[in-house]
Amino acid sequence: MSAPKANLETLPTGLKVVLGLALIALLGFPFVGSDYYIQMVTRMMILAIFAMSLDLLQGVTGLVSLGHAAYFGLAGYALALLSPADAAPSLWWSLPLAAALSGLAALLIGFFVVRTHGIYFIMVTMAFAQMVFFLFFDNKVLGGSDGVYVNIKPSLAIGWGAQSWEPLSLDSKLTFFYLTAILMLVVYAFLRRLLWSPFGRALAGIRVNEHRMRALGFGTFGHKLTAFALAGTLAGVAGYLWGAQTGYVNPELMGFHMSAHAVLMVILGGMGNFAGAIVGAFTFEYVLHVFKDLPQAGSVNLGKHWQLWMGSFIVLVVLFAPRGLLGLVQRLGQRKEAGDE
Amino acid sequence: MNEVLLSARQLTKRFGGLAAVNDVSLDLWRDRIHAVIGPNGAGKSTLTNLLSGDLPPSSGQVLLGGLDITGWAPEKISRQGLGRSYQKTNIFLPFSVWENVRLAAQSRSAQAPWNPGHWLGNAINSAAINARTQRAIELCGLENRAQRSAGTISHGEQRQLEIAMTLATEPQVLLLDEPLAGMGMAEAERMVALLLKLKKHHAMLLVEHDMDAVFALADHLTVMVNGQVIASGRPSDVRADADVQAAYLGEEHA
Repeated sequence: MSAPKANLETLPTGLKVVLGLALIALLGFPFVGSDYYIQMVTRMMILAIFAMSLDLLQGVTGLVSLGHAAYFGLAGYALALLSPADAAPSLWWSLPLAAALSGLAALLIGFFVVRTHGIYFIMVTMAFAQMVFFLFFDNKVLGGSDGVYVNIKPSLAIGWGAQSWEPLSLDSKLTFFYLTAILMLVVYAFLRRLLWSPFGRALAGIRVNEHRMRALGFGTFGHKLTAFALAGTLAGVAGYLWGAQTGYVNPELMGFHMSAHAVLMVILGGMGNFAGAIVGAFTFEYVLHVFKDLPQAGSVNLGKHWQLWMGSFIVLVVLFAPRGLLGLVQRLGQRKEAGDE
Repeated sequence: MNEVLLSARQLTKRFGGLAAVNDVSLDLWRDRIHAVIGPNGAGKSTLTNLLSGDLPPSSGQVLLGGLDITGWAPEKISRQGLGRSYQKTNIFLPFSVWENVRLAAQSRSAQAPWNPGHWLGNAINSAAINARTQRAIELCGLENRAQRSAGTISHGEQRQLEIAMTLATEPQVLLLDEPLAGMGMAEAERMVALLLKLKKHHAMLLVEHDMDAVFALADHLTVMVNGQVIASGRPSDVRADADVQAAYLGEEHA
């Protein structure tokens, strides 16, 4: 059995500098970007949170879930269905509640799925996600196949009634952008800390050799279940933001495609370090945008066949950058260093 | 003080029609090494797996410090004070030697989930865990390999690492499944010296093919053939046993 290689768990200084510069550029983006692109980058950040949450399972613990979108979508639905019809729900209770509901669902489903291994884990996570999908798809009360609208964006008001104070509104694309950026950074910082905590080291041990972990006295079931519930909770944060941003949730958010989307984003960027998940989410969305906008070439509408180009792109990355884009950047950096000497 | 730390009572493990371990009873005493020998397929490793919880027995009982641990999960048995090593090297290949042992040491200071340090503390900076890691690494002579990736050290060193990980969990009872397999002469001698040193504070089960080491170390010797114990007693008595000579020792010491 060849154990999966720990992938850039410690980020090299050069890479940290590059990522730091990218972060500055990101935070300055609203000053140069149009509304359309601000919304697009906000969506990238939401997907980055989603991808990071999956990376905790996929890259760190070695659990490849093909049903992670279920927890993403559930929180979006929680926002849509629990919001009052004629007033803005406060973000301060609705976000924790929605994320907690996703986490609870992940805890319940995780109780069954983390007992399985390898291909069975993939299948069972997918099966449970499909159940959640059809629960909403077939249920008129839950919006059915049409989905549910989130009519009013969550409010950031502090205090009640006449005493309430709302300095910023999420109706502003700028506010939404920076709220999402803050949440993305908080989730990243938390997960990086977690990676090097006793809990995180135990998860890495489980990825490499679960059998030995048990012989050493680690209750691996509890560790995996906790990771699964935590990943579900964080996916819920992303799903909530998605629902709030687009003002609309539908069953597709929990569908198989969305789950596969997350797996690909994590692979694309590089697994097991969370920075790769962010890079993967941004790259995936951007490349998707480019491919969908391809012009008409003669009688062929290139943009219409974006899935073909996207598939080829993923295949190329996996072939030439098996450790993801972050691994590729790091390798190029090393080569340059070697050349400089 | 001499005391029985682990007893197996009439342990049996059947795989379909085959009894891989058949009605085996033995006691492990503190300050004694109990060696189990036997030809390949005799059921020695299966016996080890039954004692450590890697496999549940079909029938029989395992007592650890007087506590019935039959059917317990391996992690629970490990936390109860039993440590084992594996015949087939079973380590964390991509991790450093240090991290392999540190993880093992960490399992004994598991923080409660409500302690924020469990989630947000830095695992590699715990003084208590690092001290235990250092001790196990020194005992096994791996100081110069600590920062190497476990997949890049020699086979003999991986065997030493296997023992170091087991020791870092600070067990009372040690089950060692062929610790000398694949070691060079010098490494094997060192390991024999280490096992003698460890003997004082542990009850030890030693499954081993190296007869010189077995007779140098064992206080008690059990011979297994086809899942059954055919002889058990002081090494010198067992060596003289006619059945044993016919069934097993004869093959190598003829």
